[in-house]
Amino acid sequence: MKAKTVIVPKALAGLAVMSLAGTWAQADTLNIVSWGGAYTASQQQAYHQPWMEMSGDEIVNIDRSSNALAGLRAQTQAGNVTWDLVDILPSDAMVACDEGLVEPIDHDALLAAAPDGTLPSEDFIEGSLSECFVPQIVYSNVIGFNTEAFPADNQPFLMEDVFNLEDYPGMRALQRRPINNLEWALVADGVAVEDVYDVLETEEGVARAFAKLDTIKDHVIWWEEGAQVPQLLADQEVVFASAYNGRLFDAAVSEGQPFEIIWDKQVFELDGWVVPAGKLDKVEDYLAFATDTQRLADQAKYISYGPARESSAAMVSTHAETGIDMKPHMPTYGPNFATAIQKDDEFWSNYGDELNQRFNAWLAR
Amino acid sequence: MTENSMSKAGQGLTTANGVPLKVSLMRTNRRNQIRAFLLVAPLLVFLVVAFIMPILDMLQRSVDNPEVGTQLSRTVAALEDWDGESIPDEPVFDALTQDLLAGAEARNLGQVASRLNYESSGMRSLIMKTSRRAGRIESGPYKAAILDIDEDWGELETWRLIERESDPYTLSYYLAALDMKYDSNGEIVSQPEYLKIYQQLFVRTFWMSIAITGLCLLLGYPIAFLLANTPLRYSNLLMILVLLPFWTSLLVRTTTWIAILQQQGVLNDIFVGLGIIADDSRLSMIYNKTGTLVAMTHILLPFMILPLYSVMKTIPPYYMRAARSLGAQPFLAFRRVYFPLTIPGIGAGSILVFILAIGYYITPALVGGQDGIFITNFIAFHMQTSLNWGLAAAIASILLFVVIAFYLVYNRLIGVDNVKLG
Repeated sequence: MKAKTVIVPKALAGLAVMSLAGTWAQADTLNIVSWGGAYTASQQQAYHQPWMEMSGDEIVNIDRSSNALAGLRAQTQAGNVTWDLVDILPSDAMVACDEGLVEPIDHDALLAAAPDGTLPSEDFIEGSLSECFVPQIVYSNVIGFNTEAFPADNQPFLMEDVFNLEDYPGMRALQRRPINNLEWALVADGVAVEDVYDVLETEEGVARAFAKLDTIKDHVIWWEEGAQVPQLLADQEVVFASAYNGRLFDAAVSEGQPFEIIWDKQVFELDGWVVPAGKLDKVEDYLAFATDTQRLADQAKYISYGPARESSAAMVSTHAETGIDMKPHMPTYGPNFATAIQKDDEFWSNYGDELNQRFNAWLAR
Repeated sequence: MTENSMSKAGQGLTTANGVPLKVSLMRTNRRNQIRAFLLVAPLLVFLVVAFIMPILDMLQRSVDNPEVGTQLSRTVAALEDWDGESIPDEPVFDALTQDLLAGAEARNLGQVASRLNYESSGMRSLIMKTSRRAGRIESGPYKAAILDIDEDWGELETWRLIERESDPYTLSYYLAALDMKYDSNGEIVSQPEYLKIYQQLFVRTFWMSIAITGLCLLLGYPIAFLLANTPLRYSNLLMILVLLPFWTSLLVRTTTWIAILQQQGVLNDIFVGLGIIADDSRLSMIYNKTGTLVAMTHILLPFMILPLYSVMKTIPPYYMRAARSLGAQPFLAFRRVYFPLTIPGIGAGSILVFILAIGYYITPALVGGQDGIFITNFIAFHMQTSLNWGLAAAIASILLFVVIAFYLVYNRLIGVDNVKLG
């Protein structure tokens, strides 16, 4: 098809090159769904480009991960799955897996071992592998603030500070959803990190979280699009804002905004791949390549998300553009990680619907 | 009568090749009808495929409930003669184990788990956990084994829920969309106060859409009047001012309002600069109802102005002059002569703006904050995020019914025949 539209000699030259490379027969087009923006760009640099050069495949990026589960379900119901590989959160991966929308994966058989021969099941962060899910990165939901909004001797650094209107007055921007906010409200109210989800399972615990949120409710702008956050902070429309750590890093490093991250009580979770049902044969080689130790370590040059493999974590180096050391900007970096909360996907898969409704009813009151 | 006598007279006649004239006429008529039908067929097919079928599909989804009946079919059959008063016996647990094992094999249990979790939080992991561990049960009795995996299987509510949701159709989605639910005895009850959300959102969506329509009319009427009554030179310029924003992307216009109305925005800066308000008491005009009202009124204004303009353009200016020359004061002349003539335009503009406003969800999502969002935002939420498509369909269906009801009332009051788009 494409060759018809090109001038003939050029097309012939192209053919010759491709047959020389010996990939003409296997060259494929992979439709890969991801988050778009800086994240897709980091994937493009770290694994799409090298793979395309190596295999001759063409990779098409589709920015639909925020609605990936809806898309997977709709495509499966319509009997026409056009996506080959989907970047998705583990909670969505679990639902997709339970509904048979995606392939179960034998991690040790399919994925590349670490350079020292450690099997993938040992090498990926403990508890991160699930039936249908291959993690790439650890990212975290954090609160960022504009350093210019507070005097130098009174900079916030604890989650409690976000709920402290007296010492840190001003508007806060939080994501319009119960996830993270309820956890943060509880820990700010004195619940220990390891007890958060046990407390949230009880009616009193939920009431307590909402009561804590009530104390700042009049000072919150609820955001829905992540892109709004850097703008709100930069305009000082808000003094605190919840965001993905990568987005704040990007605004601070690439755009020079005066943003700092409160790592205290970060809620971290993974992000990774699922393979839509019936697509495993097509993407297994790419999947093994894109999740090997080197590729995951490379990705951290472009975005401040921690690699999901322990063998990659040691290889994290400097930012590709600015050359700054990336290690202190990783959610998994020791001091950042000390009080981290791991998002409990099982809890949210059970209580997500009800708490969402309750959260929205609370907002509307 | 003439037709009758004609056909009587034509009875004996034949065409040149011997076919009775009546038959020949009918043939020609039918051919014309078929041709006419073929002409509209593409439109008809388009309407059926792109409009009627999706609506029917939506209505069907809002009551469709196949999950429990098909994926737990053995359990449902075994529950048939259960009394509903005590924990079921071994045969039901046996059937449940078979269902869960078959579901784990077919990898489709997630659907029934999600379905039951909508009704009662915790059902999802109860089903999924039990199915994963059921493979390890080697032999019966299954009741003890299943109860050992999770004691929630010993709760009456669990079983009543499964029995209640085993019908192929359910009203649960409509109940949920109206802030109601079934209690464990199968009675319809109201949701607890802290879970009520949809009723007030329906009410808010309607009154805010009406308010937006009113604001559009208030602002659009004078503009349309100016457009229709100033000399062409000026009215063309004015028309461009109306149309330019109309052609600009919706998102651009919405974000512009954010820049203007936010607390550190242009308008607040001007107020503070002029000393009207203090710097620490800047007005919040966005991320609330005000934001939604302002942005949506601006976005929908052209839909009011254009029908009004096209109607006003057809009103001859000498009607007003005649009224004035007969002694009417300007206001009386306007009220008695001009205004009644513009009612078809008002009707058309109002219907357009109102129906568009009710269906908007991007603008309220961006500028509505917590109290300026619409019920449509929840349809989008349940379509894209929570994936509760049944509930999304039920909310959308209710919206459809209410819009139809509004339309019927409107028709009774103003008359749809009186609506004129130009």
